[in-house]
Amino acid sequence: MKKKHWYDYLWIWTIVYFALGFFNILFAWLGLIDFLLPLIFAIFGGNKFFCNHLCGRSQLLTVLGKGCKLSLCRPTPKWMSSKWFRYGFLVFFLTMFGSMVYQTYLVFGGAGSLKEVVKLFWTVKVPWGWAYTVHTAPDWVAQFAFGFYSLMLTSALIGLIVMVPFKPRSWCGFCPMGSMTQLICKFKQRGKAAPEASESDEPNAA
Amino acid sequence: MASKRFAKADRRRCVSCGACENECPREAIKVWRGCYAVVDENRCVGCGKCVKVCPAGCIELKQRDAGEGAK
Repeated sequence: MKKKHWYDYLWIWTIVYFALGFFNILFAWLGLIDFLLPLIFAIFGGNKFFCNHLCGRSQLLTVLGKGCKLSLCRPTPKWMSSKWFRYGFLVFFLTMFGSMVYQTYLVFGGAGSLKEVVKLFWTVKVPWGWAYTVHTAPDWVAQFAFGFYSLMLTSALIGLIVMVPFKPRSWCGFCPMGSMTQLICKFKQRGKAAPEASESDEPNAA
Repeated sequence: MASKRFAKADRRRCVSCGACENECPREAIKVWRGCYAVVDENRCVGCGKCVKVCPAGCIELKQRDAGEGAK
């Protein structure tokens, strides 16, 4: 039996995050932790300790898919983790992120108005007004929260959708954060390669 | 005596998610510096658990060469 660490329970954080955003959208800002930590680990540590051990979302997919047997665990289609799809999705995702930041900027500058909606799959607008009382915070702060929560919820739903027919962690195959941090790590290790039949080189000592 | 089979990860297709690392009961497979999974063939017992969880489908079990079992 493997020893359990405190961070093996971070899947609870994912549930708490979405629950908090359901009642007060401003909590969506906390999701930035999940955005920045993987980058910090990759840039400064040259590892994917976040993906490997701290990602609550991947843990939740494992808990639901494997633990609760909600996944059929069929092989994930190869194209889903192919380079063109991964990097294509990364570019798309970053573009959408940029567009969300731009919307926030427009509201900040007074050129746009606050929209109390959560946009699912970048198209479906779901009214989410109950989770925010106007003027609790500056409009741009709320706008970013709605936008960021939309992004987090959309990606979580995609993860859950692909979890069902395929392997629980199919999302990891094309997760934009995973692709981005792997690119950073590969760049840092350019020209170097792991020894064949590695004798426990400790890569993940964070 | 070493097992008859061992896991081998395709470095080019690995997404370095670490699903295999979390699953391995022998700590024989690890993500190398965030780049790809590397199997310690001496520790691997060829149980195939990593093969089952890998979302990229980049791990396969291989037969050990005759004579390698003497390690």
